[in-house]
Order: sequence, then C-alpha cells, then structure tokens
Amino acid sequence: MTPSLLSAKNLSVRFGGVLAVNNVSFDVKQGEVFTLIGPNGAGKTTVFNLISRIYTPTTGSIDFLGPDGVLKLTEQPPQSVASLGIARTFQNIELFEHASVLHNLLIGRHTHRATNLWQDLFFTSKVREAELKAREKAEEVIDFLGLQHYRDTFVAGLPYGVRKVVELARALCTEPKLLLLDEPSSGLNVEETDDMAFWIQDIKHELGITVLMVEHDMSLVSKVSDRVLAMNQGEMLAMGTPREVQNDPGVIEAYLGSVDDVSSLRRKANGHTTEARAT
Amino acid sequence: MRFIFKTDYGQDINLAKHGGHVFWYGALAVLLLAAPWLLAEYSLAQLNLVMIYAIAGLGLMLLAGFTGQFSLGHAAFLGVGAYTQAYLTGIGMPFLLSLGVSGLLSALIGIVVGLPALRLKGIYLGMATLSFGFIIEEVFARWESVTGGNAGKSIESITMFGRDLGSGEGFYYVCLAITVVCTLGILNLLRSPTGRAFVAIRDSEISAQSMGIHLAYYKTLSFSISAALAGFAGALYAHNLRFISPDQFNLLQSIDLLLMIVIGGLGSVHGVFLGAIFLIILPQGISEVKGYLPDFIGQAPGLKSVIYGAVLIAFVLFEPMGLYGRWLKVRTYLQMFPFYRKGMFKRQKSFQKSDRLK
Repeated sequence: MTPSLLSAKNLSVRFGGVLAVNNVSFDVKQGEVFTLIGPNGAGKTTVFNLISRIYTPTTGSIDFLGPDGVLKLTEQPPQSVASLGIARTFQNIELFEHASVLHNLLIGRHTHRATNLWQDLFFTSKVREAELKAREKAEEVIDFLGLQHYRDTFVAGLPYGVRKVVELARALCTEPKLLLLDEPSSGLNVEETDDMAFWIQDIKHELGITVLMVEHDMSLVSKVSDRVLAMNQGEMLAMGTPREVQNDPGVIEAYLGSVDDVSSLRRKANGHTTEARAT
Repeated sequence: MRFIFKTDYGQDINLAKHGGHVFWYGALAVLLLAAPWLLAEYSLAQLNLVMIYAIAGLGLMLLAGFTGQFSLGHAAFLGVGAYTQAYLTGIGMPFLLSLGVSGLLSALIGIVVGLPALRLKGIYLGMATLSFGFIIEEVFARWESVTGGNAGKSIESITMFGRDLGSGEGFYYVCLAITVVCTLGILNLLRSPTGRAFVAIRDSEISAQSMGIHLAYYKTLSFSISAALAGFAGALYAHNLRFISPDQFNLLQSIDLLLMIVIGGLGSVHGVFLGAIFLIILPQGISEVKGYLPDFIGQAPGLKSVIYGAVLIAFVLFEPMGLYGRWLKVRTYLQMFPFYRKGMFKRQKSFQKSDRLK
C-alpha cells in the first residue's frame, strides 16, 4: 500500500458563528490526484487554507510526510510550509504583478536559496552560481509548460489564461511533493482546460508530484482524479472514485436539491397563487 | 531599437545588460570624477546635496518602492544618522567608523519601527511612522546633553587619514564613493533572492508567504536597510551643513523624501537620482522665476509649498511612473521612431484582488 502523504484528521474551523469546516478527515496518498468538489461555500478553499497554514484549525490536525518523516503540519509556521514541499496556487491568481514571468518563477525558488543577506549585498560568486542554477530550474519549468513566449513579459500585461499557467509554473518551481491547485480551470476556455488536464496528468506521471485540487469542472475532475471528496456546508458528503461520487445520492442532492424539495416548493408556489386568487 | 541576443543566463544577471550600458555609465563615471574641474563651487555643492538625498532616497525606495511599506517618518532616520555622526566625531572618533555606527544605530531603530509595521498596512503604517518621526524630533530637541537641543549642534569637517576633507572637492569624492557603494549594494540586493523577496511582499503578501518567504523577517530587514541608508545620508548631511538642529528633521523633510521618490518614479533605482536632482533644482528654479512674477505671488509666503504640491498632484495624475517613466517613454519614442503609439505604456486594468491576507 502506498503511504499517505497528507492526512487530515477531524478538521474543524469556526469563524465566529460559522462552522466553515466541520469534522473533515481524508488521506492523500503519494502519487495520486485527489480532488475536493462541492457547491459554493462548501469549505473547499478553507481546507486549502488550513493546509497552507493561512488558517489554524479550531480542532483536528494535519499530518504531513515531510523530508524528515511525518510531522504535524498544524504546528508549523506558515512560511515553512513551502520548504516542507507543499506549493499552492490561488483561486483568484496571486501573482507578483509588477515583475516579469521569469522573475515570478525565480521567487518560486525562494525556499532553495543558498545565500544570505551579506553575500547578496556584495553579489559574491556564490550568489552568481546560485542564480544561474535557479534560472536553469526555472527554464525547465518554462519548457515543461510552454511559457517560452512570455518569459520576459510583465505579468500585469498577460491574459488570464496565461496567468493561470504562470501561477502553476511558479508553484512547480518550488519543487514540491504536494501541489495544491485551487480551481485550476476557472476562467479558462475549453482548450485551455484540456491543456490543464494534460499538465496535471504530466505533473503526476512525469514529475511524480501528488496533486490535491479543488475543481468545479466535472469533466476535468473525472479525467484526472484518482479519488474525489465531495463536501457541502463544511461537511464531508462522499469519498471515492469520480464515478462513485457523481452517482452518490447525497452529492446529487447537494448540487440539485432533492425531489422532495422541488415538489414541496412547487406546492408552496401553487398554494400561494390560489390564495392570491381567492383574495 | 536594440534586440539583445542572449546566449547564456549570465547576461540576465549582469548589471550592464549590453555595450550601451557600459558606454553610457562609463561616460557618467568619467563626468562625475571630473566634476570638480568642470563645475563651479556652488554647483558642486548642489551635486553633493543631490547625492546625499539620493542615498536617503535609495533607502526609502527600497522600503516604499520595492517592499511596498510607506514611511512618513524617514527624516527621523536621517536625523539619527546626523546626530550620531555629530556626537561621535565630536568625541574624536574617525570618520569611517562613526559613519558605520551612524548607519548601524539607524538600522537598529529601523528594526524597532519595523516591528509594528508587521501588523500595519497602508495609511495606518503611515500614521505609525509619522508619529515615530514626531517622537524622534522631540528627542532631538530635549536631549540637550547629546544633541544640543533647539540651539542646534555644530559638527567638524571630515578628516580622513590625517587629511582635512572639508573642502568642496574632498567632500565631493567622499559623497561620490559612498553613493556608488550604496547604489551598487541596492542593485545587488535587487538581483538576488533577498530583493526578489521584497518585491514579492510588495505585490502579494499571501503568495509571498506561500512561496516560503518569511514576511516578518523581510519586512523588518527592509526597514533596517532603509534606515541604515538614511543614517549614512544623515551623517553626510551633517558634515555638509556643519550645523544641525531638530527642525531640519521634521515632517516636511520626510515629505520631501517621499516626494522625491514618487516624482522620480516608484520602483526604479534611476528614479531615486532623477527625483533627487529634481528636488534640489526645483527651489532654485522657483527663486529664479520669482523675480519675474508680480509681487503678490512672487513674494507670497508658502509659494514653494504650493508649487511642490501642484507638482506632486500633476505627477500622480499624468505620470504615475514618475520622471523615470517619462524617460522610458521618450527613449522608446526615439528608438521606435516613427512607430511609437500613444497607448504603448497604458496598463490593462488588473484583475480584482481578493482573499488578501489581513
């Protein structure tokens, strides 16, 4: 059995009176693509923010198989998450706008920096060496995702679809073990979404990176995911292969509402009109 | 139009990107080295001031232009540098050593000010640094045993290696050397991981953090480097004027510094120097023009402030990228003649930012 890379146990987060995530547990196995789905406000992004340590869970814990064995992720400071091997993208693209694409990717190499402030200040030969190495790695990622054309363009002038790819590239530059993708296909057209699906498969097979993603596009989800976790209102609904989850009655209800719901609504609407007529 | 054919990554890293850079900066270096023979004494003194302000501006540019943290109290760091220098050379410490201590002390105070900055943003950070400026100004006025209080403090000219460098030329070369060293230091930082971390924090704190950048460390670092540069500038400022008093380091001075980098162009090292030149030349320009104006305008008190304000408003409205931005446009126009289009530098509306790290 493949060991689990990340395991969340009984995660709950409360913001004031809102229970954003309620008792969620799941395991992400090494080398798989694990997807979180669910309607808006289901708590998917909150789970992401828990893993990247932007929030701290009210209860529960996250274990991560880091370079030195399993550790409690919830006890790590936010900036250490990247050096443990977790990289992420954001739903609303958080790139460094006033820098070129290459520059963005180089910032992605931050956890691999080998020099300190004083060496940087005098730009010693060691810094030059490290810079060259960082550029080589960034170029590898540029080749992998076909960004050559945009290398020196400022992010502020790039179209949305390309920004999405740049963000993915920046995450890959950190050489992660686990890649968190927050809605990789949102705002992309059909071809771009297809490209994204290929890249996710390549990331899994060629680079051997485990992927945890949040996604709404079910065709993409069923194309690339090994397992899917469906959430609603902060709670777990179902977990399994994409097909299993799609056919789960609870999931269908969360997305479309139950038959009862619809008919009772219809009754109510009819009753209301008859009342109105009577008066 | 120049197209650079890149054959190795080193070309991206080098400070001089192509032969043109080498030629023009070389020419500038020769001119600057020959300046004492080319310029009258008065112009040389103005050039000294430009360099002193540029050093302080480099610091503020690193903080505001590259790390995105505004400071309305930067004159305080200038003052700390100036008073430390005055005190230390007063008790007989050699110039270079006391210069180092002035910068170091400013940097330490910068760290102290930087710590609240970790929690504050935008206007609130401005308020915090503003009040810090007031506190330091008050300290200068009250701590009479060290600073001489409101009566001010005079300071000796620089002596190095047993030679008096108080003359125009000697002081000029000292300023030039320190300016060059500081500028190279900043340029080196900006092309290395540290500088990229600053830029990352400026553009998106949340993703900087998720890239493994320690926000608290780098913000404090930026504050301290910035303060150290202001400290160096302050030390030179003190030697330049030979007399310092608390009101030289008040809010107006801080605003002058901020004005300088905004007019020069936020986020560019060239902008610092253009802004410094502008800041030094403007008062002269005003006094030249004054004579030709009717008395009720020309002699009116506060004319200078009105013009400063108007200039700043004009820049924010018409040229947010500052003098350097204007220069870029002019250069592109010349390089591409006659194909320059009006909208070339117009930026697309950026996408809505949300989920900011509060």
